Amino acid sequence: MSGNGRPAGLRPWSLDEVASHVARDLPAGAYVNIGIGLPTLVPRQIPASREVVLHSENGMLGIGPPPGPGSADPDLIDAGKNPASLVPGGSYFSHNEAFAMITGGHLDVTVLGAFQVSQSGDLANWAMPGHKLPAVGGAMDLAVGARRVVVVTRHTARNGEPKLVSACSYPLTARGVVQRVYTDLATIDIRDDRFVVAEAAPGLEPCYLRKVTGGELVWPS
Amino acid sequence: MSACGGRGGTIDKRARTAREAVAGVRDDATILVGGFGESGVPCALIDALVDQGATNLTVVANNAGSGERGVAALLRAGRVRRLICSYPRSSGSVWFERRYTEGTVELEVVPQGTLSERIRAAGAGIPAFYTPTGVGTELCAGRETRRFGERDYVLERALPGDVALIRARRADRWGNLVYHCVARNYGPTMAAAAALTVAEVDDPIAEPGDLDPEHIVTPGIYVDRVVHVPVPSPVRP
Repeated sequence: MSGNGRPAGLRPWSLDEVASHVARDLPAGAYVNIGIGLPTLVPRQIPASREVVLHSENGMLGIGPPPGPGSADPDLIDAGKNPASLVPGGSYFSHNEAFAMITGGHLDVTVLGAFQVSQSGDLANWAMPGHKLPAVGGAMDLAVGARRVVVVTRHTARNGEPKLVSACSYPLTARGVVQRVYTDLATIDIRDDRFVVAEAAPGLEPCYLRKVTGGELVWPS
Repeated sequence: MSACGGRGGTIDKRARTAREAVAGVRDDATILVGGFGESGVPCALIDALVDQGATNLTVVANNAGSGERGVAALLRAGRVRRLICSYPRSSGSVWFERRYTEGTVELEVVPQGTLSERIRAAGAGIPAFYTPTGVGTELCAGRETRRFGERDYVLERALPGDVALIRARRADRWGNLVYHCVARNYGPTMAAAAALTVAEVDDPIAEPGDLDPEHIVTPGIYVDRVVHVPVPSPVRP
């Protein structure tokens, strides 16, 4: 073990590598909503040759890269309220239509951040326990509406507590919705109320992964 | 409502000033305010409403404003009794935080799609609807739920406004509206859901026929007053 309690041979993935794993799994032609926080690292990992259409809940399909200096338009922002651009073929529509796309099941994938994910796919990503200033945004709509909900997150919280847990202790966003979690240690599917390892970071041993993961973990041999 | 009829049988919904455009808003009114972040916020109408003086308002908006702008101006002036909002907290939401912490503003937090759909339902004459969003969460605790097929849904009620304040890029004097980029956001939905809908518009108000009917997003039937509020040139792309 090294000083931080991490096995000496373990080389966790960088956050950009984690984002590249998410991007790798987005097929051409997919309509995808990218949440705020770590998910915002994903779009730049999508190869320019692969046409994936990014959806924004404030009324846009086809979000492009951030605009260059001096070309930002205050009326063209993404869901995180950052300056955005529109790719050729993109479109604008009302907020209401953006959410009808979400709850109507038209989005192929949403990539969300998380405080906690449970082994049954429950998601907690909108509020801390005992929150003083609540704000929810589109998290609950995305979590129940997208055909596939995936989460990108560090494997553990800053205090070292597992973020993959047997049951969420944080306020829930939605029940039983998360299908895959991408972390800096592993890519993990949620199947039959268990965490199932699909891919592991170099040097990751099952015993260490179990130590930093709550809930039931299966590592197929 | 045809708030500003023209002379000689013509339709003229133009107001000369933002202050004139918000005339008649009463205390205790429910005000739907368009905008997402800084885009599409009808700042001139909000400032005019602060001057106009209506108070004890229920404000429905996606965000609670940033700095002194937008909904923050009403919060700062102490005109808001209740805020129905999806994402009131942001880096600049100091007036929301102050009023909420001191207990002078009630807050109802609503998932964003539900907020938008409650407003849409009001505009379409639908009193309530079931949605999958929020089922099993603390935001929907104790609420009426019903199972359709294999899934649970929560009952949500329509959210009509006495007044809607929205922003568009272009309008004609009939109140037809065209928007710019994602400044559209809540505009078309709120326009239909209020007894009095007022739009502030970036460009000078056009004549009927000047707007391409294929491009009109909000038909004038939903709009009662339009007022031209030029955007400062350094801001407008």
